[in-house]
Amino acid sequence: MTYAAGLVAILAGVWLLLSGYFDKPLLLGLGAVSVALVVFISLRMRIVDDEGLPVQLPAGLVRYLPWLVIEIVKANVDVALRIIRPDLPIRPRVIRVRAGQRTDVGRVIYANSITLTPGTVTIDTEGDHITIHALTEEAAAGVLSGEMDRRVTRVEGHG
Amino acid sequence: MILEIVSSVLVIAGAVFAVIGGIGIVRLPDFFSRIHGAGITDTLGAGLILTGLMFLSPDWTVTVKLVAILVLLGITSPTATHALANAALETGLRPDVDETEEATSSS
Repeated sequence: MTYAAGLVAILAGVWLLLSGYFDKPLLLGLGAVSVALVVFISLRMRIVDDEGLPVQLPAGLVRYLPWLVIEIVKANVDVALRIIRPDLPIRPRVIRVRAGQRTDVGRVIYANSITLTPGTVTIDTEGDHITIHALTEEAAAGVLSGEMDRRVTRVEGHG
Repeated sequence: MILEIVSSVLVIAGAVFAVIGGIGIVRLPDFFSRIHGAGITDTLGAGLILTGLMFLSPDWTVTVKLVAILVLLGITSPTATHALANAALETGLRPDVDETEEATSSS
């Protein structure tokens, strides 16, 4: 029931922020009906659980995302330079690493973080092993250092 | 005035990165490398343009919507990129690489 309450709060928040209506009773009422309908359907589909609504994640993500954004910017500049300057070499390679996360959500965050960072793309996942295509040696070394893996595992927390 | 300058700088920088990503798609040698070029357009290109637009938004509800777009793009674009790369791998396309290595991260 905690998850249902959380879903109501999130849906209501999204509705209010996207519509921007705060003082029109008719529209607010229709919004409330929409929220109730979505929660009802979600409950019937049994998708209101810790995977559909990972309430334990945001606290960890707040600390993880700024680091990720900085890494993305650094990787972007590196790959961009390699594209526009022919004298800088690329050396594509494929590497396999183990994902240390316990949950599927954690592994998805890790695999997506790798893809989001230019220079590395997750091309295959199998159990807790991730296959990565890296554009350069440095990009591959970055993944192999395991720092992102550790940080994502920390985001997962103990939930 | 200052807001307009900040916004212009960010949008132009984003556009430059988007173009570089496009050049990368043409210049890089094989399919799997070209995906990295597209990644630049997806992340810094789109990110800088959206951030630049936030400085121009007339009221905060527009900013909220731009942030929502940014979050959505941050989740969907790597997922789409992975789907594309994995589909290529599944259909038998092999990356053109110098070496393949097995490694375990130190966690």
